[in-house]
Amino acid sequence: MKKWQDNKGWLFILPVFLIVAFSAIIPLMTVVNYSIQDIFGPGQRIFVGTEWFKETLTDPRLHEALWRQLLFSGLVLLIEMPLGIAIALTMPTKKGLGASLCLVLVALPLLIPWNVIGTIWIIFTRPDIGLMGALINNMGISFDHTASGLHAWITLMLMEVWHWTPLVILLAYAGLRSIPEAYYQAARIDGASAWAIFKYIQLPKMRGVLTIALLLRFMDSFLIYAEPFVLTGGGPGNATTFLSIYLVKIAVGQFDLGPAGAFSLIYFLIVLLFCYLFYQVLLNVGKGEAS
Amino acid sequence: MAQICLDEIAHSYLPFPKTDEDYALKRIHNIWNDGGAYALLGPSGCGKTTLLNIISGLLKPSKGRVRFDETDVTELPPEKRNIAQVFQFPVLYDTMSVFNNLAFPLKNRGFDKAYITSRVTEIAKILELETVLHKKAEGLGADAKQKISLGRGLVREDVAAILFDEPLTVIDPQLKWQLRCKLKEIHEQLKLTLIYVTHDQVEALTFADQIIVMYEGWIVQIGTPQELFEYPDHKFVGYFIGSPGMNFLPCIMENDGVRVGRFHIPVDEKTAALGKKATGRLELGIRPLYLKIHAREMADSFQVPVQSVEDQGSCQVVTLAFSEHRIKARIAENDPAPESMAWVSFPKEWIRLFADDQLLK
Amino acid sequence: MGLILEQVNKTVEGEMHLADITLDLASGSRNVILGRTLAGKTTLLRIMAGLDRPTAGKVLMDGQDVTGISVRKRKVAMVYQQFINYPSFTVFQNIASPLQISGVNKKTIREKVMETAKLLHLEDMLDRMPAELSGGQQQRVAIARALMKDSQLLLLDEPLVNLDYKLREELLEELTAIFKKRDCVVVYTTTEPSEALKLGGHIVIMDQGRVLQTGPTSQVYRNPASVDTAQLLSDPPINLFDAVLKDEALTLGSDLAIPVTPPFASLSSGQYRIGVRPNHLYLHRQSPEDMKIESTVEISEINGSETFIHFLYSGYKTVLHEVGIDSRKIGSDITVYMNPENFFVFSKKGELLISPNRPNTRSQGDLNGTNLSG
Repeated sequence: MKKWQDNKGWLFILPVFLIVAFSAIIPLMTVVNYSIQDIFGPGQRIFVGTEWFKETLTDPRLHEALWRQLLFSGLVLLIEMPLGIAIALTMPTKKGLGASLCLVLVALPLLIPWNVIGTIWIIFTRPDIGLMGALINNMGISFDHTASGLHAWITLMLMEVWHWTPLVILLAYAGLRSIPEAYYQAARIDGASAWAIFKYIQLPKMRGVLTIALLLRFMDSFLIYAEPFVLTGGGPGNATTFLSIYLVKIAVGQFDLGPAGAFSLIYFLIVLLFCYLFYQVLLNVGKGEAS
Repeated sequence: MAQICLDEIAHSYLPFPKTDEDYALKRIHNIWNDGGAYALLGPSGCGKTTLLNIISGLLKPSKGRVRFDETDVTELPPEKRNIAQVFQFPVLYDTMSVFNNLAFPLKNRGFDKAYITSRVTEIAKILELETVLHKKAEGLGADAKQKISLGRGLVREDVAAILFDEPLTVIDPQLKWQLRCKLKEIHEQLKLTLIYVTHDQVEALTFADQIIVMYEGWIVQIGTPQELFEYPDHKFVGYFIGSPGMNFLPCIMENDGVRVGRFHIPVDEKTAALGKKATGRLELGIRPLYLKIHAREMADSFQVPVQSVEDQGSCQVVTLAFSEHRIKARIAENDPAPESMAWVSFPKEWIRLFADDQLLK
Repeated sequence: MGLILEQVNKTVEGEMHLADITLDLASGSRNVILGRTLAGKTTLLRIMAGLDRPTAGKVLMDGQDVTGISVRKRKVAMVYQQFINYPSFTVFQNIASPLQISGVNKKTIREKVMETAKLLHLEDMLDRMPAELSGGQQQRVAIARALMKDSQLLLLDEPLVNLDYKLREELLEELTAIFKKRDCVVVYTTTEPSEALKLGGHIVIMDQGRVLQTGPTSQVYRNPASVDTAQLLSDPPINLFDAVLKDEALTLGSDLAIPVTPPFASLSSGQYRIGVRPNHLYLHRQSPEDMKIESTVEISEINGSETFIHFLYSGYKTVLHEVGIDSRKIGSDITVYMNPENFFVFSKKGELLISPNRPNTRSQGDLNGTNLSG
């Protein structure tokens, strides 16, 4: 409502502005620069206009990777959001040792470096010695994520859910804790069922944190790289070649900097567009006249 | 609606209370009548909210039983007690319309649609919410929101009592007044048992037929506004009720009156007899309103210095140095303000004596 | 010397928050800004403090233009609605904090803290932490801290609103005494007319971003410039009736004829609004000139020592303020007396034309409280 109007305030954000310029804006401009040139070597480049964009947009392999990526992010959100909320609902509500312990346990996967996660799961799901892989194979079901695309997907999903659901849990838990006790008391007195309490009190009051959780989870899963790279390397075949893996293949594997630049920009715009859409939808959910 | 019986209730928030100090509620034994309007009045920390939560079932008392009519409800949770509660801050279902908010308790109990619609419309009319019935509850003002909270209690015909926990805290003074009138009107109309917790004497005295004054976990007095004002059972009641509070002067009995410092104040026979029998620390109490200020000497008046005269608009408050004590007198807007000295007299019928903080009677 | 505001305006995103505020607050004066929530009181206070800059206009402190100068360079102390203290400091450290920043020696600090603590009855709890104190005590600490500063301007933004009424009453009395001794400009905002009246001093009545009236509080109370100020500075609200003066007869409401006696003789024919304060309506005849009206009780409100009886008189919501306790059943009959001597006469537009003569229009020589209950 009230805005600071002292112009000296701008001085304070100047350092941040400079850091952001160096860390984000300048690299981004470099990418833009690459995307409109054909680069043969140092000092050898020609301007090609929108050619790389055309090529990238019509690349069937990119289309496949994009659908794969969307499916992956969609599944991740569909599983992690409800699961995270559900687990948060079962956590202890009173402050104390129980609650603290729960929080630490839940947060553990978040503390492990991303590439280590991939390694852990490689071992965990190995059909010969992995705890999970061996167990499933001993039950007579053949399971090998290096051989079957479906198995690779299942493994990746499990890993992603295990790794990132805690973030949703923590955010949802924080949202739940901020609901005043009086709401629950009123609901009990009104004779509301647990489901009604969830639908009319907990969910609306968590809307803010859930929006953040959803945005974070979407961005992270849409940009996922390290885990599938370590676990499957994009295979078997192209079964787990997501956008980022494909991008790296182009940029580093084939050293096609021009197409990679165009690809990066398109990738960036897609993420931006989706975030904007989610944000708008969630912001406007439940607004306007009630039914 | 029901009669509420509090049978030897005591409550402590500690697991193993030992002394009296450990109890937030010391010993409460009372019966509250069906259809009565009661107010629990006291400063913060006096135990009034604890007692309210025991009645609503949000707390189980450490000792004693709670009965609604003949049913023992001590062990029952709030949803099984048929009570409704209005909280300090409006508690609403934000995503629902006003209509659905009001209908919620009925829907949960499985009433049919036609009944719900007619009942909600009826309550909305009483609360003057008809015009906003189909708006979202979220965007309304604090007073309308609080009315909706109240409405959710009123829609149920089976409620034993409606409990209010300082419901007007967040309301603007101008609107407070209207809501208070509305509440009183509803009580007269519907004859519900209402229990109202507040630290505000205006709310308590206006709203309730019987005021329960609480202090440090005890009920110090239960009475009508008049009784609290004229015969405060405890010094605390005298101090807490009325603005400014009662004047208290430490005194000793002397002949047909009491002595305060260098002054001898005559009292009537009955009061003198009570004073002579009493043991303990004796104090004289008198309301500022009943002290009389004269411009010249009168029978049984004492000349004392005037410390200040405050013009409070509709009245004036005169502060006097009385012996080594300070007393306040309240005079009308049009009365001439005394200057440096004034004569003050103590009408016998309004003098009360207190021994160890308790009224002698 | 003191604080002067010249034509101060504040617009936020095209919305007017303050309009043409011109005030002259003298050093050593107690000033109460009275207005409903959102009247612009806090915005004005923030501009006075230097926390906000006015969109247009000037702020002068002791003759110096301080409009653009930030709050840190001004000698300003402020107390808020919320109890704001340093949670990790003891009460002593909290109170001492303004001096510690300015590097005063330890002995002087101790002396000043003790003196201020005594003033606010905090001397027994200097070693405690703010969280261990009650709300009233926490606010006392915040006030003590504000008093420690040698400020030219002491601002209090509804400081008592979050306290129990009895604490409010006590603290208000102490504050009034403390303010009287200070030689800085004290500005205190409130929504409650009774608080403004108890504090006394000067009053600034605000409504919707504008100043309606200023002046010594008791004068403004007795000569409200308009219907709006009369209403804002009256709790319960002043009673208002429409009246018509025609053919030498003043008719109030539907049928109450008022003799056109000297105070009204100067009025020409036309429509007027009549205001009577609730404490000038009586349940017993006070003088032969009293006019009698009859009605039924809508509600009788009781505060510890007074009763407010609400009723409708020919369609007008009317309140009678009686001293003492008088519970009356809703719907019971009452007879009410009022004396035209006590009438405020406003023009149709709401400007004050005539205010009652005061004080002592009906003194009985010996004031033994004629209108006590009983």
